[in-house]
Amino acid sequence: MEHRYSRQTVLRDFGEAGQAKLTKGKVLVIGLGGLGLPVLQYLNAMGVGTLGLMDQDVVELHNLQRQILYAERDLGKQKLDVVHEKLHEQNSSTILKTHDTFLTKENALDVIQNYDVIVDATDNFPTRYLINDTCVILNKPFVYGALHGFEGHVSVFNYKDGPTYRCIYPNMPSSDEVPNCNENGVLGVIPGIIGTMQALEVVKILTGMGEVLSGKLLLFNGLNQHVGKIAFKSNLTNKNISKLQEFYEPMDCEAILSISAKDFQSIRESGDKITLIDVRTIKEFNDNHLKEALNIPLNELSQKPIDEINKVIYVICQSGQRSKKAAKQLQEAYPSITFYNILGGMNKMMVLCP
Amino acid sequence: MTILLFGITKDIVGSSTLSVPTSSATGRRIPRTVKELKQFLGETYPELNKLSSLAVAVNNSYATDDEAINSYDEIALIPPVSGG
Repeated sequence: MEHRYSRQTVLRDFGEAGQAKLTKGKVLVIGLGGLGLPVLQYLNAMGVGTLGLMDQDVVELHNLQRQILYAERDLGKQKLDVVHEKLHEQNSSTILKTHDTFLTKENALDVIQNYDVIVDATDNFPTRYLINDTCVILNKPFVYGALHGFEGHVSVFNYKDGPTYRCIYPNMPSSDEVPNCNENGVLGVIPGIIGTMQALEVVKILTGMGEVLSGKLLLFNGLNQHVGKIAFKSNLTNKNISKLQEFYEPMDCEAILSISAKDFQSIRESGDKITLIDVRTIKEFNDNHLKEALNIPLNELSQKPIDEINKVIYVICQSGQRSKKAAKQLQEAYPSITFYNILGGMNKMMVLCP
Repeated sequence: MTILLFGITKDIVGSSTLSVPTSSATGRRIPRTVKELKQFLGETYPELNKLSSLAVAVNNSYATDDEAINSYDEIALIPPVSGG
């Protein structure tokens, strides 16, 4: 009989039983970028019953070369909203749950416990280690994908008795050790290949079909189409995590306080006097800025004295990265003032108050 | 012996493979274990010493520091990568 999923249910190893298992499956995809989108588009098309979406970024121009669900008209919109709308159009029977947040040590256990499989589609080490530790505590498998230039890595961690991310990489790299996509670049098609491999692993975990990529790290080299696999074993100490670490941010950032753009906007609306430093370049500042903002570009920060009459100072940039550096630098120079980094920066503020 | 390089190690060395001499014609000590190999490479490429986690695979299996290596082994350096 012809039906929506007949091309896969006709497969003997998958069948109606496999489809029923997908329908029951609950999968959380953390990160709506180059990896997360292909994972979601395929799982949604194939009929996974419940999909959780988590991200707080907005669609930016430099996303479009690899994040092919987004169109030019989506620029500046919340990724979460765009993905929700497009996935609903693609398959209206999927239950879509949106999590308008980044994964933090405060929300990780609460969110992840509601899902069967977690997909690590993030772009930074602190979140990857947080996902690992939370999944170990809650006994959930997670499907890992990561990129570097023309290269991609895939594995399934914490699947049944299998090894974890820490069994192959025990220590989190510091922020200056390994560059991310923003600094290092990634060829547009590579996350598509790695993300679809992640989607395939999710399907195998949910249905029990085939061989799950547990205890093996798959290494893909796009320049010569070479695929290799490295076997590795569980280290019991890594399976015995009972609580999350105090900090997941690299050591040099942990002292910096941060505030969500939403909370900052409510402070602005409350009418209280605010001191806000915008550390972007003069050109960026002239293009757009919040009316109360004072512009001190990051590279001039050490030369401009800050009035110590202020008790609290907020720091902003375009996406929250430069402002984090600035807040750290300022906090060391002015211990009597409390500095807050505004998460998501102007990208986020423009959505809240266009 | 030839070492395959992945992720940032490829960028540090500037090539996707690296050849390590297996005879001591140069007078340098030849690495016999994974740990000695890391030290050997770290002398030539000090940036490698900065990596907090660096997986080494010998014949396609993750190897601990004390594992022995031979000239005919296939060795790979696999640091964590973070892009997404």
